[in-house]
Amino acid sequence: MNVSTPSFAQSTWLVAEREVGSKLRSKAYLISTGILFVLALVGVLWGGFSAQSDSRTPVAVTADTVASVADNPALKATEVADAAAARALVQDGTVDAALIPGGTAPFDFTVVAKDSAPTSLLQALSLTPQVELLEPSDVNPGLRYLVALGFGLIFFMAALTFGSTIAQSVVEGKQTRVVELLISAVPVRALLAGKVIGNTILAMGQIIGLAAIAIIGFTVTGQSGLLAGLGAPIAWFTVFFLFGFILLASLFAAAAAMVSRQEDIGSTTTPLTMLVMAPYFLVIFFNDNPLVMTIMSYVPFSAPVGMPVRVFLGDAQWWEPILSLVIMLATCAAAIWVGAKIYENSLLRMGARVKLSEALAG
Amino acid sequence: MLELTGITKSYGTKRVLDDVSFRVGSGRLTGFVGGNGAGKTTTMRIVLGVLGRDGGEVTVDGSPVTAADRRLFGYMPEERGLYPKMRVLEHIVYLARLHGFDKADAASRAEALLVELGLGERLRDNVETLSLGNQQRAQIAAALVHDPQVLILDEPFSGLDPLAVDVVAGVLQARAAQGAAVLFSSHQLDVVERLCDDLVIIAGGTIRAQGTRDALRAAHAQHRYELISRGDLGWLREEPGVSVLSFDGGYALFDIVDADGTDPDDTARRVLQRAVAAGDVASFTPKQPSLAQIFKEVIQ
Repeated sequence: MNVSTPSFAQSTWLVAEREVGSKLRSKAYLISTGILFVLALVGVLWGGFSAQSDSRTPVAVTADTVASVADNPALKATEVADAAAARALVQDGTVDAALIPGGTAPFDFTVVAKDSAPTSLLQALSLTPQVELLEPSDVNPGLRYLVALGFGLIFFMAALTFGSTIAQSVVEGKQTRVVELLISAVPVRALLAGKVIGNTILAMGQIIGLAAIAIIGFTVTGQSGLLAGLGAPIAWFTVFFLFGFILLASLFAAAAAMVSRQEDIGSTTTPLTMLVMAPYFLVIFFNDNPLVMTIMSYVPFSAPVGMPVRVFLGDAQWWEPILSLVIMLATCAAAIWVGAKIYENSLLRMGARVKLSEALAG
Repeated sequence: MLELTGITKSYGTKRVLDDVSFRVGSGRLTGFVGGNGAGKTTTMRIVLGVLGRDGGEVTVDGSPVTAADRRLFGYMPEERGLYPKMRVLEHIVYLARLHGFDKADAASRAEALLVELGLGERLRDNVETLSLGNQQRAQIAAALVHDPQVLILDEPFSGLDPLAVDVVAGVLQARAAQGAAVLFSSHQLDVVERLCDDLVIIAGGTIRAQGTRDALRAAHAQHRYELISRGDLGWLREEPGVSVLSFDGGYALFDIVDADGTDPDDTARRVLQRAVAAGDVASFTPKQPSLAQIFKEVIQ
């Protein structure tokens, strides 16, 4: 018979293993993760291919008008013999429009189109005055919004999914009283640590899966430029998410330990849910506000979203993510300490919700 | 040996346990009997350390119980607790591993125990799909899988059919025979009476009686006899020191009552001699008080 008192680490790992195993067996979890991965892949591929495909407007030109469209990146010129041949191409739909010689000043050509002239062509041919930007932005605002939204959404979804999972797991143990059996075998803190680690592994699995899909997708579609810009932010996001999630998971577990029934989870976890949703809404509304983004990138609850976005925008100095990470680690340690205290004091108290002051006492 | 000394517990101003002291001997089955709300579950939870106590001490073999000792306890809580979505075998293996068995050992022990408890066909089913009786068996397996030296079982027989009661009783007796100290509570007094070596009776948070089953019976013996004879037993009514409770031709149930300091046993012997002289005695039986009678008497 091989029996020995398991160490704290062994007990913790057994609990973590069960958390992961029971989640991986849930069909609902597997299906929703699959859908998430497929959606992410479709999004990345669609974005990549649509950027790659030829979006130039086809036009027919003659020898006399070819100079007007030469070197214009928005147009794809087909040179034909004369105006009649150009008209014929417009008529049969091979091109969207034709430029034929002769016109009113300042133009020396006329645009021929079927029922309306293509806007892109008219814009390309328009005269615009010279523009001087005092603060040119090197990142396209649309892309900035998408990247901010992407990090915000992934953080929000993964943190909420696995935060709720750990909360439910804690209450399930309490509600079924299985916790009374468990704590006669393992220390309460090992139980908490195992639950946090197990759910962190699950959440990180999803985040790393999404990161891999993004990187593979960008590579396959030849978006190496975007990949070079997003590589560092994705890496930082992964690191920040790891500690940010441990922080949230400890608090979710502690909050859930204060109630005894699944129906009551909301009463203690709602403030945490708000905390998880806040970065998502903040980046949507304030991704162009450097002050808000800077504050967000240092507050531990929003740093996993704020800092990678700032790294992507090139706003952050090299030391900033490191400083923010140190703040995060300190907060994380404090959250684990407070969370463990609440968890220990509340775990065996059945019935009515445990008051926060009582949960923190002793 | 598990020993409780002077355990007290209050919820607010309500004292639910008052100076609770008793022993659970190794190798013995101890029945813990009391009405609803008497304090059985509270006492058991305090022994397991899932509930704090206000005073008193719990010791094992003379030294205060530590977390390491409790690891060697087996516990079956009153409100059953297993993860509904885990498979039966997997669950028991998990608990065995938490108690320190390696993977292979845990698996073989869990399977053997579940088969012994009659769950051999359901090893790979989810706990939630089992009937209540079978969940109960799984719960007993959860309490026993790590070969505990001290077993604390809260109502292990509730919800079991008579055959299952026998199976579980057999398993518990085997554990006691191997040297475990077994404490179990039950409302089924007939089962307790049949099974246990020792008894602890609790009411209103205080221990009202404790001791071996036989000693308790002797202490509450009421000198009641049943006499069956072919002859007429009418003479019994005039016999000094005898109070007839029930009488029907050749059948009589009577108590020996205290008469001028005469030894009740002498009175009984005299009655038997006269009955034998008067006719054919079919049987003369001292009626032991049932546990239910002792229980009612003790908690009043």
